Amino acid sequence: MTALLEVHELAKAYGGVHAVRGVSLSVASGEIVAFIGPNGAGKSTCFNMLNGQIRPDAGTIRLDGRDIAGWPPREVWRLGVGRTFQITATFASMSVIENVQMVFLSHAGRLGRLWGLATRSERERAQELLSLVGMSAQAGRPSAELAYGDLKRLELAMALANEPELLLMDEPTAGMSPRDRVELMALIAGIAREKNLGVLFTEHDMDVVFRHADRVLVLSRGRLIAEGKPDEVRSNPEVQAVYLGEGLTYHDGAGP
Amino acid sequence: MQLLVVQFLSGLASAASLFLVASGLSLIFGVTRIVNFAHGAFFMIGAYLAFTLTDEFSGPLGFWGGMALAAILVGLLGGLFEILLLRRIYRAPELFQLLATFGATLVVQDLVLLIWGPEDLLAPRAPGLAGAVEVLGKRVPSYDLFLIVLGPVVLALLWLLLHRTRWGVLVRAATQDRDMVAALGVNQKWLFTGVFALGTFLAGLGGALEAPREAADHTMDLRIIVEIFVVVVIGGLGSIEGAFVAAILVSLLNAFGILILPKISLVLVFLLMAVVLVIRPWGLFGKKEGAARISGGATASVWKPLDRDGRLVALIFVAAAALAPLALGPYGLAVATEIAIFVLFAASLHLLVSVGGLASFGHAAFLGLGCYGAALTVKALGLPMLPALVAGPVLAAVGAAVIGWFAVSLSGVYAAMLTLAFAQILWSITFQWVPVTGGDNGLLGVWPSPWAATASHLYWLTLTLVVVAVTGLRAIIFSPFGYALRATRDSDLRSEAIGIDRRRVQWRAFVIAGAGAGLAGALFAFLKGSVFPDTMGVSTSIDGLVMVLLGGVETVSGPIVGAIVYKLLSIWLVSHTDYSKLVLGLVIIGLVLIFPKGIAGSLRLRRLRRGVAARQKAPA
Repeated sequence: MTALLEVHELAKAYGGVHAVRGVSLSVASGEIVAFIGPNGAGKSTCFNMLNGQIRPDAGTIRLDGRDIAGWPPREVWRLGVGRTFQITATFASMSVIENVQMVFLSHAGRLGRLWGLATRSERERAQELLSLVGMSAQAGRPSAELAYGDLKRLELAMALANEPELLLMDEPTAGMSPRDRVELMALIAGIAREKNLGVLFTEHDMDVVFRHADRVLVLSRGRLIAEGKPDEVRSNPEVQAVYLGEGLTYHDGAGP
Repeated sequence: MQLLVVQFLSGLASAASLFLVASGLSLIFGVTRIVNFAHGAFFMIGAYLAFTLTDEFSGPLGFWGGMALAAILVGLLGGLFEILLLRRIYRAPELFQLLATFGATLVVQDLVLLIWGPEDLLAPRAPGLAGAVEVLGKRVPSYDLFLIVLGPVVLALLWLLLHRTRWGVLVRAATQDRDMVAALGVNQKWLFTGVFALGTFLAGLGGALEAPREAADHTMDLRIIVEIFVVVVIGGLGSIEGAFVAAILVSLLNAFGILILPKISLVLVFLLMAVVLVIRPWGLFGKKEGAARISGGATASVWKPLDRDGRLVALIFVAAAALAPLALGPYGLAVATEIAIFVLFAASLHLLVSVGGLASFGHAAFLGLGCYGAALTVKALGLPMLPALVAGPVLAAVGAAVIGWFAVSLSGVYAAMLTLAFAQILWSITFQWVPVTGGDNGLLGVWPSPWAATASHLYWLTLTLVVVAVTGLRAIIFSPFGYALRATRDSDLRSEAIGIDRRRVQWRAFVIAGAGAGLAGALFAFLKGSVFPDTMGVSTSIDGLVMVLLGGVETVSGPIVGAIVYKLLSIWLVSHTDYSKLVLGLVIIGLVLIFPKGIAGSLRLRRLRRGVAARQKAPA
């Protein structure tokens, strides 16, 4: 079986800083992969290369066997990649449902039309998708006034609207309450399994990661240092060192 | 060879004053993010004050003291202006601050006329520097040599101020990240006031130093503002060194352009600017702008097409407008026709500014292309009115396609400045290409066909076309394309991530807006019976922005209200007072202070608030 997403030796440097060095990974359809690592490990840089926002210095990114490294985001999206952002990006001057309608319209290639009311198209499908993510009651509200957790849900709906094969989610539950986090991640996992989507997500909340991920990748200082089932990764000494510190400052009980 | 050297030195001398003024603008923009349109006004005040003061006090001390005093007074005036006006509107959309500074420019123009009269005034020569020095057999004024030395000295002093003083460090920090500076406990208010005072001081000094070289006149403010915009954009906004290098480049290009290519000398500088922006989008020494936006920003209420009541109101309004010939005489109808034309002009600009978040400082270019397209169709091709009404918008759309193509690859202020540069290029071409455009004399005798020749017929024709075009623009706002355009404004990141090609969408918006303004221009040509280069001058572009902003960028109907109010007001003022600019400027400043969301925007906000209050009261 060929993987849905296959990344080989991806690298990116800013000046002298190697943000990402030789990262290889793969995601299969229906598989949920967590991408973890401390702040500054290079997760977001990796993500931004995968959906085309940043051009990699080296390496290949194969989606369904096609190398898309260096493609602009809009073309990566057309191949069926949905994306949510660490800091949500929605259309603030539009209502919640209009945000989702935009994605449907774009997917159908109809955003170039100069006539007709944009808000009349795709209402039912947008409404359906909003109820799927638990936002149907908010459909008519201006998206500018949504709470942060709801913005994350809206982004999820927008990411799903082009019927993607792969979801890239950068901290999908950041800024939410613990209960909402678990709930939203369960929702994402449910949708992914039902629609056989590949999901790659970054996350700081380990509860979320270990409960839902099929596989975990650990990134530290731009390198992949561990990969495996959640339990294997959890017991990996290198990962523990990265996450918990190596205890260097606690020598001889000297204290911090 | 000798001539070249003399031109070279004269160019360098002009660069000094240009650098002073431009560095002030650059400093102010860097820290406050305000495009200070009034900078030219401060420059002009500096020149006039220097004239009066050096005239009053004679002798070396009187002259140099007068110069310094003029600059200091201008700086104080600038500080006062910042405290009284700008301080209140830092939270308003950025274009609103431009509007306020434009209002100040108008006020100053009439004040200068009131105080100093309409004559050109030349300050006395500098004591001790009145003579000339022989260079390669040619005489070069010693004052020019003094200016050539002064430029680098001021640059060095500014550098020391910015790099070796605590205040300078704060200024540089605020240029990079003003929120962070505020978070670190620096009193931003006084920092902003100080920077504004310093910037205007430099403008005043630039003006004062020019006073003995070139006579001060009351159009010098707009002339210099265009020139320093160009300098600042070429050098990079916020960069003092950039302003210095660019001032020299521009001045030398001016000096040699007249020698080498006199026919297109005016175009050269703007071409240089366009080339620099295309190669280095943030100027020679500039850095990429942060996320700061020049557009109106997002609203908490969603745009909706007119409901039944709204459509009814619009219908009644159009019907009432159609009956105007029953009540108005030929003059009244001409005014009404002109207002209708500017409604279309403002509505087309609104598509770019409000819907697309693309600030255009050069929208008059498309109005002008429409004018000349129509006029040339009639005059050069000998065709009647109808083909001319098609040719105008087509020519404007072609122009917009070219300008838009460049503008959409830049962002924010730079794109706005690029549109200004292109508009000025077109203005220069119409000004200097006399055989085709008639130059300064314009093209006369562009009259409507006989069936539309009476005032009422031309009015009805105009009203019909404007209503159709404005309705069309409105329909576009709510069409899928209009939504895509708004999406690119709201979030570049998200729109790209859902497959929207931002540049393509914005480019199409330019073409559509250009065609709309072009139709307005074609109608304008027939209304006036003539066309002149000034139609595409800076002030027309700014008029358009004022209309859109007065109406409110965050509304759909704003430009219509804004155009009617502004045009009526300015026409009424011109016929009722000699100081129409003074009143208009004060009105603009007042409106900015009272309605920071624009007229239509503020009215809607009030309605919304009342709605919320009513809803809160209703349930027990």
